[in-house]
This record gives sequence, C-alpha cells and structure tokens, in this order.
Amino acid sequence: MTSYAHAPGFIAGDRPQIVTSRFQYDDSFTLERYLATGGYQGLKKALGRTPTDVHDEVKNATVLGRGGAGFPAGTKWGLTPQGKWPRYLVVNGDESEPGTYKDRLLMERDPHQLIEGCLIACYAAGLSQCFLYIRGEMAVAQERVATALNEAYAAGYVGKNIMGSRFSVDIVLHWGAGAYVVGEETALIESLEGNRGMPRLKPPYFPAAIGLYGQPTIVNNVETLANLPWLLVNGAEKYTAIGTKTSPGTRMVAVSGHVKRPGVYEIINGTTTFRDLLYGDEFCQGIRNDNQLKAFVPGGGSAPWFTPEQLDLPFEASQVGPAGSMLGSGAVMVMDHTTDIPRAALTLTRFYAHESCGKCTPCREGGTWLERILSRIVDGKGTDADLDQLLEVGESICPGVFPHASSSELGLSAVPFPYRMNTICFVGPSAYAPVHSALTLFRSEFEARVTKRTRIPVSGSVS
Amino acid sequence: MTSTETNVTSDENQPPVDPNAVTISINGRQVAARKGELIIAAADRSGDYIPRFCYHPRMSPVGMCRQCLVEVEGPRGPMMVVSCMTPVADGQIVRTDTPQVKRAHEGILELLLANHPLDCPVCDKGGECPLQDQAFSHGPGESRFVEEKRHYEKPIPISDIVLLDRERCILCDRCTRFADEVAGDALIHFTSRGNNTQVLTFPDEPFSSYFSGNTVQICPVGALTAKPYRFKARPWDLEKVESTCTTCSVGCRITVESSRDQLLRYQGVDSDPVNWSWLCDKGRFNFEAVASDARLEQPLIKRDGQFVEADWSTALRAAAALVSSALRDGGAGSVAILGGARGTNEDAYAWSRLARALGTSNVDAQLGDGLPSTVFAYPQATIDEAANASTVILLGPDLKEELPVLHLRLRDASEKRRSKIVEFGAKESGLTRYAWKHTGHEPGQQVAAVRSTLTETSVVSQLGKGSVVVVVGRGNLAESPEFTMSALAAVMELVPNAKVLPVLRRGNVRGALSAGMGSGSAAEILERAAAGKINCLVLVGADPLADFPDADLARRALTAVPNIVSLDTFMTTSSSQAQIVLPAAAFGEKDGTTTNLEGRVSQLSRKVTTRGTSRPDWMVAVELADLLDIDLGVGSVHDVFDQMVTTQSAFRPIDRSAIKASPDGVLLAHVGSAPIASPVPEVPERAGFSYRLVVSRKLYDAGQNVANSPSLASLAPGSAIYLHPLDLDRLGAPAGSNVKAIGARTSVVMRVEADASVHRGTAWVPWNQPGGKVGELIDASALVNDVRLENI
Ligand SMILES: Cc1cc2nc3c(=O)[nH]c(=O)nc-3n(C[C@H](O)[C@H](O)[C@H](O)COP(=O)(O)O)c2cc1C
Ligand code: SF4
Ligand code: SF4
Ligand code: SF4
Ligand code: FES
Repeated sequence: MTSYAHAPGFIAGDRPQIVTSRFQYDDSFTLERYLATGGYQGLKKALGRTPTDVHDEVKNATVLGRGGAGFPAGTKWGLTPQGKWPRYLVVNGDESEPGTYKDRLLMERDPHQLIEGCLIACYAAGLSQCFLYIRGEMAVAQERVATALNEAYAAGYVGKNIMGSRFSVDIVLHWGAGAYVVGEETALIESLEGNRGMPRLKPPYFPAAIGLYGQPTIVNNVETLANLPWLLVNGAEKYTAIGTKTSPGTRMVAVSGHVKRPGVYEIINGTTTFRDLLYGDEFCQGIRNDNQLKAFVPGGGSAPWFTPEQLDLPFEASQVGPAGSMLGSGAVMVMDHTTDIPRAALTLTRFYAHESCGKCTPCREGGTWLERILSRIVDGKGTDADLDQLLEVGESICPGVFPHASSSELGLSAVPFPYRMNTICFVGPSAYAPVHSALTLFRSEFEARVTKRTRIPVSGSVS
Repeated sequence: MTSTETNVTSDENQPPVDPNAVTISINGRQVAARKGELIIAAADRSGDYIPRFCYHPRMSPVGMCRQCLVEVEGPRGPMMVVSCMTPVADGQIVRTDTPQVKRAHEGILELLLANHPLDCPVCDKGGECPLQDQAFSHGPGESRFVEEKRHYEKPIPISDIVLLDRERCILCDRCTRFADEVAGDALIHFTSRGNNTQVLTFPDEPFSSYFSGNTVQICPVGALTAKPYRFKARPWDLEKVESTCTTCSVGCRITVESSRDQLLRYQGVDSDPVNWSWLCDKGRFNFEAVASDARLEQPLIKRDGQFVEADWSTALRAAAALVSSALRDGGAGSVAILGGARGTNEDAYAWSRLARALGTSNVDAQLGDGLPSTVFAYPQATIDEAANASTVILLGPDLKEELPVLHLRLRDASEKRRSKIVEFGAKESGLTRYAWKHTGHEPGQQVAAVRSTLTETSVVSQLGKGSVVVVVGRGNLAESPEFTMSALAAVMELVPNAKVLPVLRRGNVRGALSAGMGSGSAAEILERAAAGKINCLVLVGADPLADFPDADLARRALTAVPNIVSLDTFMTTSSSQAQIVLPAAAFGEKDGTTTNLEGRVSQLSRKVTTRGTSRPDWMVAVELADLLDIDLGVGSVHDVFDQMVTTQSAFRPIDRSAIKASPDGVLLAHVGSAPIASPVPEVPERAGFSYRLVVSRKLYDAGQNVANSPSLASLAPGSAIYLHPLDLDRLGAPAGSNVKAIGARTSVVMRVEADASVHRGTAWVPWNQPGGKVGELIDASALVNDVRLENI
C-alpha cells in the first residue's frame, strides 16, 4: 500500500521533515509504527514540564496557524479568559478550500501525530476537552483517525490520567455534513453545536473568549497541531532554525493543476519560493509539457492570482500580502498557457456561490450573479457590458480597491485580504477574487469572448 | 420607547453627569448617545435614517442584510461597518452620506432586488413595504439583472394562518429570529444554501405558534401573509386608530385598521411598558368575529318561547318592566347583574351606578373563575416590575394560554437572565421550561408547596438578591380560589417586600371591579338564584352557562330565574335563556377606556360603525335607568368617564388629558391595605384510585371571539382528559380512547390522552373546549374536585 488511488501522493525530498516524517511507511497510521518512530515522546516530554512552560515553548517557536489566517498558535492560546471552565479545543479538519488536501494526508497517514498534537495543546493551554471535526467526505481520514483514537484510548494516551499523570482529556470525533463554509471557525462551532453551519457575527473576532457552548474555545487547524509533537521533542530553537524569523518551520503545500508532479510537499517556510516549488527538481519539476506558466493561485481558491512575475516570492506572508494575495490554506493551483481563463474563473466562482451559507445579501445574491454572468460569457453569450457588470457586482461585495497581483503598484502596502468587505465572512469575497484576478490580469481574453453591445441608457425611469 | 432630544450643543457649564453618556458625530453633527447603543439607533434619533431590513429594535441584531452599512473613521481611514451591529463609542465619527456609503446602499438594494419578483401590484405589502420604500429612497433606480429570477411554488402555507411566498423573501431572519428568540417556538428556519437558501418549517411540523402573526407584521416584504387580511385591502386604503386589545387583560396596544367601514387588521404598537409591539394571534385575528354574520343586530323579545325582533324602545321598556316588577315583588335584592369585564371602564361604571341606584349589591364582573378582589389590596407590581424582578414567583395560570404577551415578557426576563422564575403549579406551564424552579403540587396543596420551597436555602438566598414579584391568578377552576389566596398570603409572609401582579384574565376585569362591579360574588348570586331568590338577572356580556365552572349550579340558577335580560354581541347559551336580548356594540365599534391587569388605564377607540342597531353597554344602562326614573347624570361616554374618575377612588389619579397625553396608559391608584390571611382550608384526602381535577384554559377555546373567527375556530384543541403517561398506563386505557369520568354528582364520557406535563394523581381538562362537559364534574362549593375514571 504505497499509493492511494484517490489522493495524489506525497513526495518527500531531501529536506527537513517536521510533520511528514512517517509518510514513507506503508503502516504509518498504526500505533505500532508511531511508537516505533518516536511517537508520544513529545507528549511525554510535555507532561514532564508545567503547562506554562510548554505554552512558552510553543510561543517561542512562533507556530503559525496553517488553516488560512496564519495567526501564531501560542499567541492564540493566550487569548482565553482566565478562570472560565470548561474550555475546549476544536480541531478544524474540515479542509475544503479548493486545491487544498494536505490535512487529509495528515489525518490519513499519521493520525496519531494529530492526536498527540491535540493532547499537547490541551495540556499547554489548559483545555479540558477536544473535539475533532473531520470533513464529511473524508471517509478514509475518518476511519483512520477513529481507529487511531481507539488505539490511543486503549493504550492510555487519551482519556483519564494520561500516561499515568494527573492530566485527563477526552477527544470527541465529529463528522461534517459537507458544507465548505463550516471550515470557517465560528460556523464550525455552530455546526458542532448542532445548528445550521453559518458563521457567527464578529466581534468577538476569536472564539477564544466565547466559543463552543459559549465557553472559551481554541480552534486550530490539523497541520498546526501536527507540528507540536516534533516541536516538543526537538525544542523551539531547532524549530526556528528552519525557515525565517517571521515564518519558522516548514509548511505543507498542495499543488494541483498543470505541473509535471502535482502533490503535497513539505516546504521550508519563508525561504522556499514559488519558483522552487513549481520548477524545482525535488518538487513539481516544471509545467506540464514544458508549457508556459500563465497564472497560479498561491493560497487556495480564495486567493487572488499571481502571474510568472511573482514566481520569486517566498512562502512568507509579509511578502505575499503586499504583492496582492495571500498564502491562505497552503494550496497552489497552476494554470499553463492553454488555460481558458474565463472558464477557470467560473469554476472557482461557481464553487463559492454554491457554498455560500445564504446569510448575507452580497454573498448570497452577488456570488450567484457573478456565476451567471460568467457562465454566459463562457458560453459565448456575453456582451461587453457584462465585463463592467462583473466589477460592479464585485464592488457590492468588496467595495474599494480589491487586492490583485499588481496592487503594490497602487501603493497599497501590506494589503490584507480583502481590503474591505460588505459580507460577514470571506466566502463572499472569495467568490469575487477569481473573477477580479482573471478580469484584471487577462481582460483581453474576456473581450475576445463577448459581443460588443451599446447599452441603451436608462434615465429617470425604471425599465 | 424613549425619544429624547439628540442634537447636543456643547455647553461648557454642563458637567457630564452620566458615566454612560457618549457623544458621537453623525454626518458632522454631534449626537448624544449611550454606551452600548447601536449606531443605527443613535442615527434614528438624530434624523439620519439608515436603510435597514434585518434590524429590529426588539430583537438582537444579526447583521445579515448588510443594508445598513455606514462609514466609521478608523485608524486606517474610513471603515465600512454595519450600523446595526456596531455600538457607539465616544468620539466616534460616523458618515451615512458619503458617495461610498451611497454606492454600498445602492449595491445591496440592487442585489436584494435581483431575485425579487416585484409582485408589488398584487402584493399585500405594496404601499407599506420597507423594500419598496427603501428601493425608492436608497436604491439604484434601475436593475441590471437580466438573468431569470429564482422560482418557488408560491405561496405555501406554513401554518393554519400564515402563508409564505419564498420568491418575495429577502432572508432577513426577522421571522425566524422572532420565532426562536421572542416566541420560543423555533419552528421556522433557514434551509438549503447559497442562492437557494429559504425559510421553511420542518417537514410535517407547521409553524403553529400562538405568536405567528407577529412574523407577518415584521416581515419587511410581502413574503409572509396571514389569511384573515390577505388580499382584503391595499395599505393606502386603510384607515387606522390606536387602541388597546381587550381580548385578555394584558391590554396590548394596537392599531385598529379598517377599510370601507370593515375591520381588516390589528397591528401591534410598541408600548414599552406593555407589549413591546408583540400581539398574540388570538388578539390579532379575532377582529373576524366583529364582522361575523352571527352578530346580534336587533333587540329580541321572547314570545311563546320564540325570539322576535323588536325596536329598542320596546325592548328597553320591556326590560325596565322586568326590573321594576322584580323590585316590586322581591326588593332590590332580587335583582342581579353579572358581567362588565368584557367592555370598557365606562360600560362597567354605568352598570355599577345603575346597580347602586337600584340598591342591589348582587353584582359581579367575574364568573367564579377569578380571585377575590382582595388580591388588589397587596402592594401592586407592574408588568415591567415583574419582568425586571430578580425573582418572579408564579402562583397560578399558564400565562402562555391565558395572557400570552405577558408570557413573552416573562420569558424574555428569564432568557435574558434578568429574572429567576419560581413556579408553583398543578400542571406544567408554558413557562416551566424557563423556570429556575418548578414545584408541582396537587390541587389545594399550594400553601405547603410554597412553605417548603421558599424556605430552601438556595431559594432563600435567591429571594434576598433583589426585588420579588408574585404573579398570581386562578390556575385551576376545579379548586377553591381560597387556596391560591392562602398561598399568596404565605408568600407575602415569607417575602414581606414582594409586590403582587394579579393576573385575572378577562379583558377589563380589573377596570370593572375598580368601577364597582364587584360588590357580590357570582357563586353566591347563582346560589341565591337557584334558591328562587333572584327575580331578574341582567347579563352584561356574561355567559354563566359557558363560563361559570360549576355547570350544574349555573343551569339550576338560570332555570330558576324567571326574567333574564342579556346584553351581548352574540346569542350565547345563556342569552338564549333570556326574555330580552339586546345587541351590544363590539370592540372597535365604541370609544372609551380600559384597564389592564396592572391597573393601567388606556384609550380604546372606535373605528367602524356599530353593527345593526347595537349600542355600547354604558348607553344601555343609562337608557334603562331613564326608564326606571333614575338619572345617572351622564349623557356621553365622556360624562361617564368624568363621573367615574371623581367617584371611584381607584380611578382618582386619572383624567381625560392624562390618558390623551400618555398612549401607554396611566396606572390606577392603589387602594386598601394588605388583607388579613384567612386560615388555610383543610384539603380532603384523595381516594387512591381517583384523580384530583385540574381545569384550566387553552388560548383557543369555544368562546365567542374564537368560535366566530373562522381563522381561529379550528385551532381549539377540543375536549379531552389528560393524564400523566404512567397514570394512563395504570388506567389501562389506550390514548385517544373514551373513558367514563365519574364526579361527585354525575359522570361524563371523555377522550383520554397522555401528557407528561400533567402531574401524577391529577387529571387535567382544558376549560370551555368545543364539546366539552367538564363543568359537570365541578362542584363550586367543594374545595377540590376528584374524578374516578373507568374504561368503557
Ligand atoms: C470560508 C472559510 C473557510 C475556512 N476553511 C478552513 C478549513 O477548511 N480548514 C481550516 O483549518 N481552516 C479554515 N478556515 C480558517 C478557520 O476559520 C480558522 O482560522 C482556522 O481553523 C484556525 O486554525 P489555525 O489558527 O491553526 O490556522 C476557513 C476560514 C474561512 C473564512
Ligand atoms: S459571506 Fe457568504 S458564507 Fe459568509 S456569512 Fe455571508 S452568506 Fe454566509
Ligand atoms: S419571510 Fe420575511 S421576515 Fe422571514 S426572512 Fe423572509 S423577508 Fe425576512
Ligand atoms: S396578549 Fe392579550 S391583550 Fe395582548 S394581543 Fe393577546 S389577547 Fe390581546
Ligand atoms: S439592518 Fe444592519 S445588516 Fe441588516
């Protein structure tokens, strides 16, 4: 069992491996293999220290959140109010951002590493119970994690008095029901509570104060937590020795699209560039058929697109942001010169329009409107007025300047994604991002697709 | 709601006194606001209207429609925020008028209209539609949406009363939020996702909420419509006046709306001390009864057992003759007057004046289904005081069934954690799930229950935390009211600082009693009648055969009285026993004032002409008095009011200008000092195999208002006897089967059902249900009533 028909394989290279070290083994997901390869040693080390001490270790390592926002885990854990019990850890395994399939491999191939990470987080942040939310469609991941959890319970790594200590934590599994927006942490909490998965209103910006069942709650991504066992065994110093000061360690990147070797890679944070990733021998080895690279999405379907001009940017938020996009969920989608750009934009926008939870007007109505105009254009039934209309609808979702590959030229330093939005969460802006990028970067391809038509001006009266 | 002056001019001499006061700038003008207030509310006061759909001041904000975007100055320049979610902060700079804001408002409106069907010409909301109005005031003026719009089957019924048109819905979450947050009946919800998101009920579970009509009122489009008003009028044809609902004694403020002299709609008015704009469906929709074909239009005189129509002067002369002959033959004591609780204060006062002039004290506005009026002698609480008390003690009826909007106010108090509810009841109520403590007890055991619960350590400490209000009413028609009064006395002894909110149910019962209609007791009057001591009984909107708990006594009394005069809007079972029936003006057809359960006197307004030749009750009293050579000294409803407020001590603080100046009403004066507790009656033992009877009301019953409102009539659940599931098992009868209920006097056959909210050892029967005969099992002179059940 070396490869999975359903999942592009993981490709190891000659690089430091923090979270993927066990992927080389066929039985990487078993407790036996896990224990044979240093499993649960991080937890053991943690339990030998005070929670504050462990928390400090994680803070010192600056483990950036891998779910999308890139917020340091150690800092997030410190946001919970003191003295409010119980408090929870919620693990975000709902991975469904287009192009992203790294958490799935972590759950399928090394479930014990995730479980150990959860336990370390609970210990360090003083969390009394853990809920592991796994995307509904990920049958293998669900099975592997469930089996691993049973093994871990039986072996005394989870439950009461873990490894003979006074530390006790239960882990509860929960399967999603197939809604993208439930990856958003507050929607995930709603879903976990048994409600319709719709994002909560902000503020509060973090569920740390008021989260699951109104209690302090830490939501962390699967990969974020999977870093912890290695970190506890090797220490923050070794962790920060990898990568850069602001982006230490490694991160998993899922590459899809027109490259020779799509797959998930563990790259070095902050230093590996997009060129390394797409053209490097140990990574994707170039564009398929040695075609021209036309554009790529650097951080999941929501991210504004980059062109070959941005290839030399490293995986470093402080550089990718001002360049007009984001690292997001760690997914790179590659389009070569044969790509039908309007159709590519439609594919992404259709996804977000469909996944809108329907809560707010701009996303519910605007997303679908964008999709319908785009599909008209793709079908050759659009007019030139439709192109401005796309931007007009976008303006109602995200007013003002929308980040794109050349927004640095507009003098917007460190543009956060998106600069402004009229919606409650990022799904609305995400529906617009592909449209905006495609239209800004490749307007001529749209113009070639539409017929010219003069709009009859409407004045004074409602037609 | 308070609306204070908002444009604060900077006055150096005025030191800031209020720590919660903040000043913000809206479009360059300074606006005084309070910490925690939302920008949209502050802007409403400063006259800077911000368009909105989902925001409703009586519900928590959800920020869903995104229509209310404004710009707030932030560290990175102006930020677009939703003003219904963003609280004010001192020094905040808000702009609602920049090109960016205008663009955002137009953009959101364009999106909302994109899939909107624009049914305006045939839509009930057209003309008073927030979407239509704001599309006009803040919209883009043209639509660029050329795709096909969303289609759904339209409309679909979501309950017996309400229909939903999903094409018109703009998904503002007002109805769904109301159902969940205000009514506590989360029976409608969003389903599906993206562009197909829609409001729906759960499969096979209709939106059967007592409060469903509110969703129709607050829906900002014509997506929700209610059967009684659908397609009846265009909003611009409606004329409206403000009035007070008298269906129950909460006294919700409403607008009475009509077109072409037909009542078509009542809408809730936001009265801060009372109903917060909410109404119950019974109060909202029973205007149908006013237009019912069954209304009495002409006076009727019985000749040879048949009613024949007569003109008023003939009928009144005949009535006067009956009263005179009773006075002559049996003296003043042989005349009795029952009723007055359904009309205005003026109606009740005129009749009580007539009674006094005649010299009789056989007068009662209650029909043995309330409490002695000594309950008003305790220190009185208002609804607001109850809904803000740290502890609310419930002794009595199921408020959800009897006084629905009071139920909402107390539910809110509990949900928002202002109050803890301690409930005593012979059956669980609609508030039980919100109660901090529920002590169930058998009928008659409430004094013991009060004494043991209120002395528990945790309860004692809770009672010490702040104000305590006792909400007290008649929870069980099959037990003596003395138990409740003794329980109240026991509470007052244990919590001497508590205040009392009496919750007698009938619309103007408190006004009628305060106006003098309580000098006798219905039970005694009917006993006297049954003993042949009453020659003439006047029923002023009273139907003892339907409402007096002891059916046998009511029947014997009405059979024994030779002469009955009935003044009513409908032919009731009791009026059909009368010699003379006079048609009375109904709600909406007369002016006056009414008094709610707190003693709040407010205006009642006439909107349509009286039906047929019917007249208001007070006028009939005055005319009858005339014919009896009694001068009541009044010629108009205003005269009656003025005389009432000078002669009735409770009404003394009130005058016409005060009522006019305060649409929310003016409180009665408190008269009397706390009554001395009478000894607790000894509760008889219950035989092992019998059940102690609990009889209480459901919102929908066989009463005239419901029965004559087609939209409501079918909602009455019908008569049955309910047992705890374990008791039903013990009985061995399948749920839904008929059993024989054997009371002290007779037996009746009833359907039996299981209900876990009924306490073991008791049997609950809803009162006055279509086909119900539970009155046969009640002996009003007994302290409690027991039944045995037999399978048949
Ligand atoms: C629309 C939307 C979808 C998201 N989907 C995911 C997801 O699938 N998995 C995930 O880990 N985080 C997702 N996030 C980010 C989470 O809200 C949250 O920031 C993250 O789980 C926090 O974990 P971290 O701090 O460890 O990254 C999503 C956010 C948004 C706005
Ligand atoms: S932006 Fe879209 S997904 Fe997010 S809350 Fe609004 S409607 Fe729901
Ligand atoms: S039915 Fe009306 S109130 Fe309910 S969500 Fe739709 S528009 Fe809002
Ligand atoms: S609660 Fe009472 S007063 Fe209010 S609407 Fe209902 S019946 Fe009328
Ligand atoms: S009114 Fe503020 S978002 Fe709807």
